Amino acid sequence: MIRMPAPKADVMARRPEIIAGLAKLLPADGLITETIRMKPYETDGLPAYRQIPLAVTLPRTTEEVAAVLRFCHENGVRVIPRGAGTSLSGGALPLADAVVIGLMRMNAILEIDYDDRLAVVQAGVTNIGITNAVSSEGFFYAPDPSSQLACMIGGNVMMNSGGAHCLKYGVTANNLLGLKFVTIEGEICEIGGRHLDAVGYDWLGLITGSEGQLGMVTEVTVRILRGPEGARAMLAAFDSIPVAGQAVDAIIGSGIIPVALEFMDKPCIHACEAFAHAGYPLDAEAMLIIEVEGSVAEQDALLDRIRGICAQFNPISMKVAESAEQSLAIWKGRKGAFGAVGRISPDYLCMDGTIPTGELPFVLGRITELAASHDLKVANVFHAGDGNLHPLIMFDANDPDSFARAEKLGAEILLLCVEVGGCLTGEHGVGIEKRDLMSAQFTQGELNIQRSIKTAFDPDWLLNPAKVFPLEGNPAFA
Amino acid sequence: MTLVAPMDEAGVSAEIARAHIAREPLAIEGRGTKRAMLRPVQAARTLSTRNLTGITLYKPSELVISARAGTPIPEIEAALAENGQQIIAEPPDLSAFFGAGEAATLGGITATNLSGPRRITWGAMRDHVLGIRAVKGDGEVFRSGGRVLKNVTGLDLCKLLTGSHGTLGVLTEITFKVLPRAEATATLAIRVPDIAAGVRALSAALGSPYGVSGAALLTDGAGLGMSGMVALARIEDFAKSVEYRIGRLRADLARHGDATVLEETPAWRAISDLTALDAAPGDAVWRISLPPSAAPACCAALAPTSKKLLLDWGGGLIWFAAPPDEATHRIVMQAAAGGSFMLFRGPDSWRGSVPVISEESKPMAGIAARVKAAMDPAGILNPGRMRAGH
Repeated sequence: MIRMPAPKADVMARRPEIIAGLAKLLPADGLITETIRMKPYETDGLPAYRQIPLAVTLPRTTEEVAAVLRFCHENGVRVIPRGAGTSLSGGALPLADAVVIGLMRMNAILEIDYDDRLAVVQAGVTNIGITNAVSSEGFFYAPDPSSQLACMIGGNVMMNSGGAHCLKYGVTANNLLGLKFVTIEGEICEIGGRHLDAVGYDWLGLITGSEGQLGMVTEVTVRILRGPEGARAMLAAFDSIPVAGQAVDAIIGSGIIPVALEFMDKPCIHACEAFAHAGYPLDAEAMLIIEVEGSVAEQDALLDRIRGICAQFNPISMKVAESAEQSLAIWKGRKGAFGAVGRISPDYLCMDGTIPTGELPFVLGRITELAASHDLKVANVFHAGDGNLHPLIMFDANDPDSFARAEKLGAEILLLCVEVGGCLTGEHGVGIEKRDLMSAQFTQGELNIQRSIKTAFDPDWLLNPAKVFPLEGNPAFA
Repeated sequence: MTLVAPMDEAGVSAEIARAHIAREPLAIEGRGTKRAMLRPVQAARTLSTRNLTGITLYKPSELVISARAGTPIPEIEAALAENGQQIIAEPPDLSAFFGAGEAATLGGITATNLSGPRRITWGAMRDHVLGIRAVKGDGEVFRSGGRVLKNVTGLDLCKLLTGSHGTLGVLTEITFKVLPRAEATATLAIRVPDIAAGVRALSAALGSPYGVSGAALLTDGAGLGMSGMVALARIEDFAKSVEYRIGRLRADLARHGDATVLEETPAWRAISDLTALDAAPGDAVWRISLPPSAAPACCAALAPTSKKLLLDWGGGLIWFAAPPDEATHRIVMQAAAGGSFMLFRGPDSWRGSVPVISEESKPMAGIAARVKAAMDPAGILNPGRMRAGH
């Protein structure tokens, strides 16, 4: 179990005054203090950890967010920023002495500008909500995390979310122009703007992916892109994982950058097929989903090239989608992978390490060995083009021993990723989940430099505490 | 002025640690090609990374390359070209523009976050830096990021240092993402009556589904053998795709003006390297970044002073050359109010006394000072390069 700091006794003792103070800053429906009504905010996408907070605030404006932050700063109260609560790393887990600031009521799309190819949206707009708002004109917002129906752009900014299509279109950080940013002191700042590469230090780049450690974001100016004429996917199935890995190398080495290049292993193929009936090959050890874009003729030409490359690696089958509908069916299995694994196991932990793609066969082989040594099963699905692995460790949360083994296996897999030259997290964030592994990737000196940047923004360490950085050696959690 | 050029990272670290203790300011550079950029640094010693050279890792099938900071850009481009790959952001070669006579280094291009025309679609240098090694202002060596394409582990100090002009740390090694070089390129050159019409044409090109990877506006098309103003839209892809897409683009943009398709054109290099701006040796040069729709009004405000204008990034990046003059500088600052400006080149005597980049809000200026103090406690790294103070 991951240790969380004890609540500050003085803050807990002042709870009635703190609630009274917050009540002055927000309309009556913007403050929740009854335990039963705070239940929905006690956890996020890492439900093994739960904690009812001191209070939950649901501001509707940037000014209200600023007022709550200022109040918390003046009163030494910890703050937990929250979007949709879909974090898989415990990024939105409350503390007993902390005030949650939930952004779900700030869900307005403020402006869409097709000439300048941007949209200004409030932080609580869902990821898919942006694309839906611009799709009638053929535009889209590129980063597409699997949780895109629910997750909010404010959370995407804080976690620098990726998705299946970032091999071509990049992650959140590559698709932003500006932010409305609120400091812990309650100062409202415009970061970036409506233009590219604003001068001065790259606050936009630093804040993106900072997991709520530096301040809060209430509005986001995103780049919107014109979609391609069309897109189509194909499947290629192989009887060994190393061979599928070689096929991935060969595709990228040929000069083709598919818009998506996804990899699933046998347990994952089986789970997804049972769920989505997408026609996945059940006899395969590894399967690739490869998507290309362009006109129908361009798609045909690219898919022909890719088929030709895959053919050199003795695939057991290949299937090119003949239509957009067939493409959707192929994707349905992949996009539903986490849910599909949820059907065959009571619980699962979703890992998120990244490795150099050349290390793929070794790492997958080693994961199988590690899983066996803990008597656990793992299904692997990942973004092959960029080496971002998502091993899904199946366990039973009602069995404390099974959970303990799953956490231990997860840590071993992530350490393996670091060992081969990769990293702990490709897109889910450190949160609480990987916090104590940070010292495997960074030296104490490097962690202290990151901490000093955090301190420059949040001198009292009130923002999203006990996440990202190990607790050891940190005076804020002594 | 003394130039110190250590042979390795340990030497860079030792030199900075010494200067930190002595509280002695250091000018930081690679090969010093951009010494005339931003504010002049007042320092008796210059620390150069020019001797930290060499590609340390290159995995074409993983789309990743690492090189020491002093490696010249052409050396990296040549290694990539052998494998049919390229630096995505199309970094400019400003040696002619700055009269430097030698090529920029990877460290210099990263520390200044300079990108060429492809930036509009494929991202800036800052978008592709995956990992760094650097030395902070007390000599401590640190890493951020890594060598994989997707990484959100910890605060992204790669982005913080990219574009920080050597004021927060000295880059010693940079790892970044690369992409295949396209099989073919074609450019649609459209004659347009004025800047507003040109920006409309570029917005239409960038809003098309054809993956336009360059969108610039030349106020004088003479260099292409064309008269008047010319909007340029580039497509890079497999040969068959380029043929198809440029045809579709031409048809879709027909209403914006007469168009010609250029197969290979030196125009993109001239735009990237700023030779297309045609600045006189004594001219100051400003770089303005705005939303493209604001470009016509900005250019209208600048044009009475000088006609030397060059627009890139769909019109959102405006280069402007004029004799150095306080009144002109004020006009630029005002015209850039909806975005940001940078005094990119100017005489030493002058660029130390005017703001060379847009002002920061008060709260962020406070945070910037604390970040600077955390990274460079004695304030010795390129002091005053970006702003008075840091």
